[in-house]
Amino acid sequence: MFWTVTLSLLEGFLGTIKLFILTLVFSLPLGLIICFGSMSRLRVIKYPVRFIIWVVRGTPLMLQLLVIYYGPGIFLGVNIWGSNTGGRFMAALIAFVFNYACYFSEIYRGGIQSIPVGQYEAGQVLGMTKKQIFKNVILLQVIKRIVPPISNEVITLVKDTSLARVIAVYEIIWNGQAFIKSSGIIWPLFYTGAFYLLFSGLLTLLFGYIEKKLSYFR
Amino acid sequence: MPILEVRNIKKKFENTQVLKGISFDMEEGETISIIGSSGSGKTTLLRCLNFLETADEGTITVRGQKLFDGQHPVTNEKEKRKMRLHFGLVFQQFNLFPQYTALENVTLAPLLAAEGSGKSDIIENGKRLLDQMGLSDRMYNYPHQLSGGQQQRVAIARALALKPDILCFDEPTSALDPELTGEVLKVIKQLADKKTTMIIVTHEMAFARDVADKAIFMDDGVVLEQGPAFELINNPEQERTKQFLSGLIK
Repeated sequence: MFWTVTLSLLEGFLGTIKLFILTLVFSLPLGLIICFGSMSRLRVIKYPVRFIIWVVRGTPLMLQLLVIYYGPGIFLGVNIWGSNTGGRFMAALIAFVFNYACYFSEIYRGGIQSIPVGQYEAGQVLGMTKKQIFKNVILLQVIKRIVPPISNEVITLVKDTSLARVIAVYEIIWNGQAFIKSSGIIWPLFYTGAFYLLFSGLLTLLFGYIEKKLSYFR
Repeated sequence: MPILEVRNIKKKFENTQVLKGISFDMEEGETISIIGSSGSGKTTLLRCLNFLETADEGTITVRGQKLFDGQHPVTNEKEKRKMRLHFGLVFQQFNLFPQYTALENVTLAPLLAAEGSGKSDIIENGKRLLDQMGLSDRMYNYPHQLSGGQQQRVAIARALALKPDILCFDEPTSALDPELTGEVLKVIKQLADKKTTMIIVTHEMAFARDVADKAIFMDDGVVLEQGPAFELINNPEQERTKQFLSGLIK
């Protein structure tokens, strides 16, 4: 039984990891675009972007999943997600990417704004272009400062993936819970915690390594 | 021909007129010290010369070439960059790049500008400059591993690496312990002895008097008095200058 449960949970965990990785792949760069939007000098860009960030950060991710999945059908009368698992996964992915991109954008903004203006000015008086200053002077200092808060968000994301099951996306908790109905046992559900712990442990080690790599300067 | 002619520079921030028409000349190889109380506009003047601020009025001419004209200020970034390179600036807070070694700080901008050619010359020049600053054993240290005085000397080498016509210092020792002030003033004096053209905003009156050829006393956005440094600081003519200097120097 233990072996059957482990295999089933592993299979569910693949779904979890797939959602996790794809969310990061898209939300990390999208966050940067949103960040530049929220810092734009043009008000027509800045304020709408900040409004969106406010809405996304101010409402539960679970609610966003439901709105994105059911919203088009209810409000537009078209079921753009189809009825198969692929469509549900896609809806979940979009909700996650958007939600996390907004959080990441605020972390990026904090990082960029924390760099002293003297760093830009030093680059300017040395005749560097704005691009050169950002790429060669600012970027690495920003990365160093945002690694700890990003690592926090990423570890939260590992666990947030479990919310996807509100729109029936298969992931590890879904599989664990299935044993309650099929075999009348609850321990597989508790057992899923070990998978989360193991995975977030690995991520903690990875981020610790990155932080150490960047500790050669202050 | 003077290397630098500054005429009627005015600058206003919101409701405060910080510079009310600054004019002065300087010759090649000369060192000018600018003195005056905080808020008199000294730093803003340096920032206008380095195009970190855009003056509202006036002209800045270097070697006969008009770099800035308040009536037609240059807004093109590329043009601005080219003009900036006539000036170097050493900041009060050093502003070294923390992720680069002392040598990399000095060579970064020249290497970016050279786009690959003459790379080894740039690095050799960087080493020579750091050596000149007495930092030959600190080239591969990161800024946080250096004392304030050492950091400021790296910053001076970094500014010199671009061979500016005029090197400006914005209170270069104000962020340093008294103990470390001396080593920075010593290298600036060496540069003055080698006829480097320099403008130094400073509160070190003895230094301003002994190292500079000329001194400018600024008060409330105007040049109240200018002349040979030794005379101006030892025997000021204006009441306000006397009042400022009394108590600062024995």
